[in-house]
Amino acid sequence: MIKTENNKAWFLVLPVFLLVAFSAVIPLMTVVNYSVQDILDPNTAFFVGAEWYREVLRDPRLHDSLLRQFIYSFSVLAIEIPLGIGVALMMPTKGRMASLCLILLAIPLLIPWNVVGTIWQIFGRADIGLMGWALNSLGVDYNYAANPGDAWATVLLMDVWHWTSLVALLCYSGLRAIPEAFYQAAEIDRASRWAVFRYIQLPRLKSVLVIAVLLRFMDSFMIYTEPFVLTGGGPGSSTTFLSQTLVTMAIGQFDIGPAAAFSLIYFLIVLLVSWLFFTTITHMDKSK
Amino acid sequence: MIAWMTWTLPTAIFFITIGCILFCMTVYEVRSPCVERKGFLPIATTRGDRLFIGLLVSAYIHLLFLGLSDMSLWIPLGISVVWVAIALRWG
Repeated sequence: MIKTENNKAWFLVLPVFLLVAFSAVIPLMTVVNYSVQDILDPNTAFFVGAEWYREVLRDPRLHDSLLRQFIYSFSVLAIEIPLGIGVALMMPTKGRMASLCLILLAIPLLIPWNVVGTIWQIFGRADIGLMGWALNSLGVDYNYAANPGDAWATVLLMDVWHWTSLVALLCYSGLRAIPEAFYQAAEIDRASRWAVFRYIQLPRLKSVLVIAVLLRFMDSFMIYTEPFVLTGGGPGSSTTFLSQTLVTMAIGQFDIGPAAAFSLIYFLIVLLVSWLFFTTITHMDKSK
Repeated sequence: MIAWMTWTLPTAIFFITIGCILFCMTVYEVRSPCVERKGFLPIATTRGDRLFIGLLVSAYIHLLFLGLSDMSLWIPLGISVVWVAIALRWG
């Protein structure tokens, strides 16, 4: 057995440990405490056991939100991951054009969420927005404020516009890290473009794709600001996702107990799905 | 200082138990470092992985009982304890 000679390194980890304790563990403990109580005011709380969990788990409004959230997150992944890979493959590898492409791709990532929502809110309007006006001029009956299908398409398009760049940049960095010798060997073997992608580029992109899938899943699963600014969750509740339902419950109705129970269930879903993604992708290598 | 956290006895017991489990696992790991192995779970796991899987599945067992039945929470708790023990030993 290898013995640890010096344990002083643990002291260097202590600041991070304290920071995590204050920023994550203590709030999480507080949420657990709130989730089992009926809090009437800061000094009055009654223990209700698992009542809020029962109520939240049987609430059809939350079931609908959860279903919408899963459809939204998986749609985002299904569009952004292949599109990001495609963009990265088509980008120039050197020269001024490569730098220009990198700058252009980075621009959407620099825009704050609420500004993205506002941009698309105006862009999609039929009276003053370019996209809304163009679609209506072409005879498409597009109105994201009245038609749930249009609202969904706009929210998805907005997310794709905002975040595909992240996937593309990650894939681009992964592609640039592949040694030239791999391509030379493929050329000697007269490998087709598809074979190069399938057997050289895609396997070498796996590690960056794990990060891209995890980041995009977690981000899209907790999306709040962009759809809130764009559609306000409507029309009806067609674009009301989990975080907006949670905010309405916690701040709008001030139902702290049910909101805390809901937050923990939300946290467990994110934890499970992220862990499944991570484990599946990282264990694919080991099983080969 | 902790009044705003509105502690209750059951939540305090819950966190103390989790803390004790983590402390015991750390001591166990220092005394006898584990190696990754393959049990009945579909992936090779370390001791920490098995504990994490055990606790995560336990949380879902509780949610399942809460969502689908009005039974006492002692039943899912009992099932969870047995499940975590099995996962740690043979997982």
